[in-house]
Amino acid sequence: MNRKLLMRLLGYTRAYRVYLIGAFVCAVLSVSASLLGPILVGRAIDQMLGAGRVDFASIVQILFWFGASIAASALFQWVMSLCTNIVVHRTVRDLRCEAFNKLNGVALRYIDSNAHGDLMNRLINDIDFVADGLLQGLTQLFTGIITIVGTLLFMLSVNALITLVVVLVTPLSLFVASFIAKKTNNMFKEQSRTQGELGGYVEEMLGNQKVVKAFSYEQRSAQKFREINARLYQCGQKAQFFSSLSNPCTRFVNGIVYAAVGVVGALSAISGWITVGQLSSFLTYANQYTKPFNEVTAVITQLQTAFASAQRVFGILDEPMETPDKPNARVLKDCQGRVAVQQVFFSYQPQRPLIENFNLTVEPGQRIAIVGPTGCGKTTLINLLMRFYDVDAGQILVEGTPVQDITRNSLRRMFGMVLQDTWLYSGTVRDNIAYGRPDASMEEIMEAAKKAHAHSFIMRLPQGYDTVLTEDGGNLSQGQRQLLCIARVMLVDPPMLILDEATSSIDTRTEIRIQKAFDHMMQGRTSFIVAHRLSTIREADKILVMDSGHIVEQGRHEELLAKGGFYAKLYNSQFAAEA
Amino acid sequence: MFRLARFLRDFKKQVILGPLFKLTEAIFELIVPLVMAQIIDVGIENGDRGYVLRMGGVLLLLGVVGLCCALVCQYFASVASQGFGTKLRNALFDHINSFSHAEIDKFGTPSLITRMTNDINQLQYAVAMLIRLVVRAPFLAIGALVMAISIDWKLSLVFLAAVILIVIVLYLVMGKAVPFYRQLQKKLDKISLIARENLEGNRVIRAFAKQDAEKTRFAAASEDCAATAIRVGKISALLNPATTVIINVGILAVVWFGAGRVNEGDLLQGQIIALVNYMMQILLALIVVANLVVTFTKASACATRVNEVFDTSPSVTDQPGAHREEPAPGTKRDAICFDNVSFAYVGAEKPEEEDKEEKYALRGLSFTAAPGETIGIIGGTGSGKSTLVNLIPRFYDVTHGAVRVDGQDVRTYPLELLRSKIGMVPQRATLFAGTIADNLRWRKPDATEEEMERALKIAQAWEFVQKLPDGLLAPVTQGGRNFSGGQRQRLTIARALVGEPEILILDDSASALDFATDAALRRSIKEETKGMTVLIVSQRASSIRRADQIIVLDDGVPVGIGKHEQLLDSCQVYHEICLSQLSEQEARR
Repeated sequence: MNRKLLMRLLGYTRAYRVYLIGAFVCAVLSVSASLLGPILVGRAIDQMLGAGRVDFASIVQILFWFGASIAASALFQWVMSLCTNIVVHRTVRDLRCEAFNKLNGVALRYIDSNAHGDLMNRLINDIDFVADGLLQGLTQLFTGIITIVGTLLFMLSVNALITLVVVLVTPLSLFVASFIAKKTNNMFKEQSRTQGELGGYVEEMLGNQKVVKAFSYEQRSAQKFREINARLYQCGQKAQFFSSLSNPCTRFVNGIVYAAVGVVGALSAISGWITVGQLSSFLTYANQYTKPFNEVTAVITQLQTAFASAQRVFGILDEPMETPDKPNARVLKDCQGRVAVQQVFFSYQPQRPLIENFNLTVEPGQRIAIVGPTGCGKTTLINLLMRFYDVDAGQILVEGTPVQDITRNSLRRMFGMVLQDTWLYSGTVRDNIAYGRPDASMEEIMEAAKKAHAHSFIMRLPQGYDTVLTEDGGNLSQGQRQLLCIARVMLVDPPMLILDEATSSIDTRTEIRIQKAFDHMMQGRTSFIVAHRLSTIREADKILVMDSGHIVEQGRHEELLAKGGFYAKLYNSQFAAEA
Repeated sequence: MFRLARFLRDFKKQVILGPLFKLTEAIFELIVPLVMAQIIDVGIENGDRGYVLRMGGVLLLLGVVGLCCALVCQYFASVASQGFGTKLRNALFDHINSFSHAEIDKFGTPSLITRMTNDINQLQYAVAMLIRLVVRAPFLAIGALVMAISIDWKLSLVFLAAVILIVIVLYLVMGKAVPFYRQLQKKLDKISLIARENLEGNRVIRAFAKQDAEKTRFAAASEDCAATAIRVGKISALLNPATTVIINVGILAVVWFGAGRVNEGDLLQGQIIALVNYMMQILLALIVVANLVVTFTKASACATRVNEVFDTSPSVTDQPGAHREEPAPGTKRDAICFDNVSFAYVGAEKPEEEDKEEKYALRGLSFTAAPGETIGIIGGTGSGKSTLVNLIPRFYDVTHGAVRVDGQDVRTYPLELLRSKIGMVPQRATLFAGTIADNLRWRKPDATEEEMERALKIAQAWEFVQKLPDGLLAPVTQGGRNFSGGQRQRLTIARALVGEPEILILDDSASALDFATDAALRRSIKEETKGMTVLIVSQRASSIRRADQIIVLDDGVPVGIGKHEQLLDSCQVYHEICLSQLSEQEARR
């Protein structure tokens, strides 16, 4: 097992080490007290030899101690649970916050290149596994081992010979427990793989049931499903059978220990080596003896899973942050909206160059339209302007200052961004509009909404500005969401804009409104527009034509048409007769 | 829940014999303390070593036979429960396959998937528990009690008290903890929500420089969750100590009262030991019973959800006697005909009631398309464009009027035949895991390479498929995510074209294509597939302006049907749409 990983994890519990130590101490005390029980009961039984031969005085005394041990064991067990509970949940919280904060500071490249589902999984499930497996696992492991050692010690203190009998059977319990654990571990892996395959297939087919219907694919998909399902039966049945062996097998081993102790103990008792009461203590111990072995093996498997999860969590934590702002970085104020791009080179992967020697000067108030087929890398430009990514060579200047010399936050606040995939969070309409300026007054918010042509539909919502947006935004149409994003930017009133025009799925009337809102917003502001609409493109001061990541042409509409290049072809294709 | 028992029918042997074997094991287990008491009270008392050894042999024998019985039972349980799950899954999958769009919309895909996977797994687990434990655990608990009574009924009153107390404690603790668990789940969902929002909106958050605010928001949610978790923990931490205290105090009482009984000569030492043993057994059994109650409560909720699916019957099925009326040769018929069609989604409230105008997704639409014609359909979101095309392959049945394909009402066609005439390209371009060829063979399983190549060429996809190292055999990951949006769309178009359907429906399926590719696609469909009737749903005026007929929809109402130039003058909605996208002069060009 990985020690470094374990130490690192334990480092997170440092703030709660009082509780952790408390848990361990309580575990020792509770187990010891509970192990005392059978001995005391045995002694009490020894005081009742037969009719008229019962020593009540001693029994009262013994039972008093028994009662005390019961109370102590229960108390310490309770305190132990409370301590572990606190350590586990606080550590989970800390780990989760740290991982989350990390995600808010890592280079965007990391978030872009990792599946969000996977990151979510690490943040939620993996951290839970770590907590359950590691912390709870550790205490269980600890109590398990104490129980085994303690039982042996107590037994030794009563009688060495019978203890020897128990010790001799120990390898058997170890062997059985680990054999089943190993065997089932593999089978469970196979089962969960097949289960995953089945789930994936179901998701694929049911998720696209409409396509399945359209192509009358039902029978073929059912056939494939049966095939996977049959395989799932094969391995599921095996996995279940083998894993269900552990209980009867333990009982069996327990039975053997019990019988052995019973016979050897009875023979010893006949020879007068031990008392009947001691035999009874032994029998109780024997009954519980194999249980901790099972627990310990189960915990070890659990620990392995936890380590794998911990590794994935640390994968996030070890990710480098965005390069920090330079110590003397300027806070950008009073920005007119002057941008210059000088000999910029950039690529996502070194072996696939994208932007090469790109130059552009933008005067305050100019409109720049970015045009090109989908997937041509229009977002790359936004990434560079907002410094979500850093250029490989060359530089971008805002108001004459290289962006590297400006603090990231002040640079980003100069841009208002409205993207096509609108992002709103699950709060009220009002909170969402005030996202960039939480201190804005209600009047300012309504003013911004009016400018964004959003006010009228907001007023028609059930609770107006206090309507809570659902997670998937189900209560708003795509277009309405976009209007809210525009209002959000309006409120901040930035000198520069980055806009992403919608390609589709907005109804005509909202679309006209958005168009108006855009126009209104662009007045006197430097704007970069990822454009699909010809009217926007025609009116732009400069058009950047992009194709598969490269900037192939730039200029005004008429200039580019006259040139007869890529842009001209794109433009004319709309009007080409089809037959 | 019991209705699902029909899936256990093939496992009668296992379901009956499994618990019986388990019962045998349990009986043996109950006998063990008795034998031990004999060893002590007879063997040791009389100093009879031979008796001790013989009884030891009996113990071993009981153990071995018990193990065998248990193994048989576990085996039966695994066969029956997994077999049950497998059969249930197959049946459910088949049933869902028979659903039409209306039923799928009703449940929603994610919910169907959970029912199919999680719910069935829970049920499967419950079946296993049923065979393995439902007989065993209560039997052990009751058995131990009976044994105790048979030894000494007065002392067994202690047992009864202990059992009642444990049940009360379990009930109290669980009753308190369960609502908290639900709360906890909600708080965890909140954490996931914020995390997901942050991953998706990371650009916006950084653009507004709001990272710190988000961190505070997340920390608050995390703290909230941790606090609740700790509160639940405090409650459930009581459970174990409380039950052990009850049992131990019970043992204490048995020893104390037992001492008196021994003194009076009513009981022997060994019997006291046996009683202590039974006490322990009861504790273990009761814990198992508590878990069983939880398992079965969950399973019954799952069963309800699964049954809900089974209880829903498909609304669109082959009508009795559905068949194709072969046309008399030489008759000329419309490829598609909508005869005063109105349609309302079920669940969108009854259209009969007030406000009925509003509830129809499509209202009073009539048009005919001759073979080989191209029909453009345009309108805003929610205007009924997709609804219109979904009526043709009979994904839904019309509420009023009739839809006819090749002169015959779609409701009188055998479904498979009807759908085989149609090539459908859905709005969302998804491909299926496999190879490109696998995906292209969806309409026609035996399509040749030439046919596929031809379809790819028409769909403007041949160029990039050809460049792939494996060509037609190139792998496609689930959903087709290893292709760009535009490539995916062209592949789904090619998929619909293989085997040359009579009708091709493009449901806003060129949105990810640039103007040039879109135009080339339409041109080649027109040229290459003479006689194919094409329906193009689009938001782009330029995609449909050359169509033979354009249907303009506004809120489910056809507000204009005709050619581009004609509609530009006569239809105000169409005029608006065109001018929002093109200049007056471009529109007239």
